[in-house]
Amino acid sequence: MEQLKRLEALTGSIPADQVDDVRESIVGELFKKSRELCAEAVTVTDRERLYRSERLDRIFTSKLWGFPIMLAMLGVIFYLTIAGANVPSSMLSSFFGWIEGYLTAAFEAVHAPDWLHGILILGLFRGTAWVISVMLPPMAIFFPVFALLENYGYLPRVAFNLDRLFKKSGAHGKQSLTMAMGFGCNAAAIMSTRIIESPRERMLAILTNNFVPCNGRWPTLILLASLFMAAGFSGGVQTLVTASVVMGMVLLGIVVTLTVSWTLSKTALKGVPSHYTLELPPYRKPKILNTILRATLDKTIYVLRRAVIVAAPAGVLTWILANIYIGDTSILLHFVQFLDPFAKALGLDGFILMAFIIGLPANEIVLPILLMGYLATGSLTEVENMFALKQIFVDQGWTWLTALNMMLFSLLHYPCGTTLFNIWKETKSFKWTFLSFAIPTAIAILVTFIVAQAARALGWV
Amino acid sequence: MDETNILQHLHQASLGERFLIERVDIQGELKRRLLDLGFVPGAVIEVLKASPLGDPISYRVAGTVIALRQEESQLIWGKVMPS
Amino acid sequence: MRTYTIALAGNPNTGKSTLFNALTGLKQHTGNWSGKTVSLASGYYEYKNSRFRFIDLPGTYSLFSNSADEEVARDYIVFEKPDVTLLVLDSTALERSLNLALQVLEMTDRVIVCLNLMDEAKKKGIKVDAGKLAQKLGVPVIPISARNNEGLDTLSEQLLLMCTGSIRTTPYRMKYNERLEEEIAKLETELKLIVGDEYPARWLAIRLLDGDRKLIDTLKQKLAASDRGGMIYGAAKALGSTNR
Repeated sequence: MEQLKRLEALTGSIPADQVDDVRESIVGELFKKSRELCAEAVTVTDRERLYRSERLDRIFTSKLWGFPIMLAMLGVIFYLTIAGANVPSSMLSSFFGWIEGYLTAAFEAVHAPDWLHGILILGLFRGTAWVISVMLPPMAIFFPVFALLENYGYLPRVAFNLDRLFKKSGAHGKQSLTMAMGFGCNAAAIMSTRIIESPRERMLAILTNNFVPCNGRWPTLILLASLFMAAGFSGGVQTLVTASVVMGMVLLGIVVTLTVSWTLSKTALKGVPSHYTLELPPYRKPKILNTILRATLDKTIYVLRRAVIVAAPAGVLTWILANIYIGDTSILLHFVQFLDPFAKALGLDGFILMAFIIGLPANEIVLPILLMGYLATGSLTEVENMFALKQIFVDQGWTWLTALNMMLFSLLHYPCGTTLFNIWKETKSFKWTFLSFAIPTAIAILVTFIVAQAARALGWV
Repeated sequence: MDETNILQHLHQASLGERFLIERVDIQGELKRRLLDLGFVPGAVIEVLKASPLGDPISYRVAGTVIALRQEESQLIWGKVMPS
Repeated sequence: MRTYTIALAGNPNTGKSTLFNALTGLKQHTGNWSGKTVSLASGYYEYKNSRFRFIDLPGTYSLFSNSADEEVARDYIVFEKPDVTLLVLDSTALERSLNLALQVLEMTDRVIVCLNLMDEAKKKGIKVDAGKLAQKLGVPVIPISARNNEGLDTLSEQLLLMCTGSIRTTPYRMKYNERLEEEIAKLETELKLIVGDEYPARWLAIRLLDGDRKLIDTLKQKLAASDRGGMIYGAAKALGSTNR
């Protein structure tokens, strides 16, 4: 205890008012010594090469080319993803169909009851298989390409280019980095907002992260865009149109992010942007093969895990709801009929809204649930053929407006269960967690309602 | 503070110019962060490039590139070095 | 087999996590912006019948406890006392890296410096004289390129030698201006009586002058704990000597 008392007395004797000055002279001297050491031990043989990164910055962050290059990069990534994912997707789909044939035969051979076959094969297996075949290929292309850009050092330049916009909307410049994380997974992006030190701006980043479409929503956007928006085109042009529509959605998400940030900065989260510094590390040629392999592997494991943990149980649940009857209508249908009038006002239908609600745990299961709902048996058909898939939608009375509004709803609606849970963990606040659910939902409802009413009033559908 | 009249702030330096820092007129956490990054009195930094929308501006400091918004660079005082 | 603890410290973006992965084989994504490593990752690596336990400290620009990251890294080096603190410097931005290195040299003398990203430096036409730096800093300085697995054998060898006590270092201690040095000297004498050889008294003195409340609180906890637990060998000795 003697030591403690002495320490106490010692700390009491130090004046607290000149701390910043002490720090300034300490760090000043540290850097002086560092410069001295560098002068002695470092020789620069080629000034030209030393500043290569800065010359690249003159292009990547140029007044004229900065934004076009950013958009072009985004467009190219989408194009590659959409163009590359088609073939492997249908291959996976046929592969799972082939396995299913054997599984069904096995069930028949042991005279398993119909309901067991229904739950396990038509619910669990098909749900999981669908998620894997639709999600895995695009994710296994998108993320390696994205990781290449990230490891090259391009992302901080995006933050540099866009900073002014975020500042104007009262948000932190590093929010563009957390948004970039959101492309992968909003739940992970919520954790990454820790890089924003100011609590106010961090909350803005948390509340708006959902407007960046994640992993689980890409396939929905891509699929609907290619089936309904790009249907009139063929070949390469079709892919191009799909990519443009998806990119439009992403840009809309960014506009909504900035608008919501701005509004919150003027109301619930009043304040001016806090100070910040942004490092622009030198461009580094990534280890291409290494990066691709690692990102592909990481994403594959991630998608497969999600498929098993979330998609499988959701498949089972949906099958059960669709096959238990109250009166002569299934529970699922009762629910759908209840939602239908409201959903119609939003340009959707009861099934779609039901799929979004049951899909709360994870966005990747929204489409599979929707399809299960549409098919009378309450289970999924094999979707080897995209025309067959579109036929299912058209039979249910879908128009381009339905597709557009489902895309909009998907982009804007509440975050998935995992993300909400992370928001609660990070904010420890019921109020903010609720708001992060309510704000996007209100926007999603409002936007789809306006689009639907406008399109109908103008006689476009 | 007569000194301030002679000194310029960093935001007044043009692109490509070298700037000798004499005073960092900020208190608290931001000051500590800027110091750690090498924005210390006695350091010479170079104004590199403005963002496409004009702000922030990137600077070469301690062998690295750091971008600052106008709000911060206006509080760093010093002199433009003759080239 | 003996296990030695090695703490990895360095600026963000210096390839610290890449080195960690290269040595331990643990999977961990290394991103190109700061603040990604939030928690402490650890991994094992075996070399010549010894085991190294690597702790990947958060990447920081300094160790002044401006942020939680810095505090974690700083506390680990001072209070957990790893067998070696391995400083990962960015050869392409040595000036800023050295700022951190000089701070670590004030905290401990069990330091090995590696100059990472030597391949990048070469590409950019930067030559670093490792021998000169080693001489000036008073600790081993090893050029490496973690992502190309270059220099890792030499590094392992030096780690082992330092862990087994075969390397003596004479780390460079910063000299500050006269006024500061005067105050540091006063505090250092006092602190030496309180903590003995258990913790670096000069460094503590500088932290005290800098008004580092959090460090003082941690130090108090440590002292109280060792009070209950029995004794701090060095401190007991130092206190004993003042009574004479």
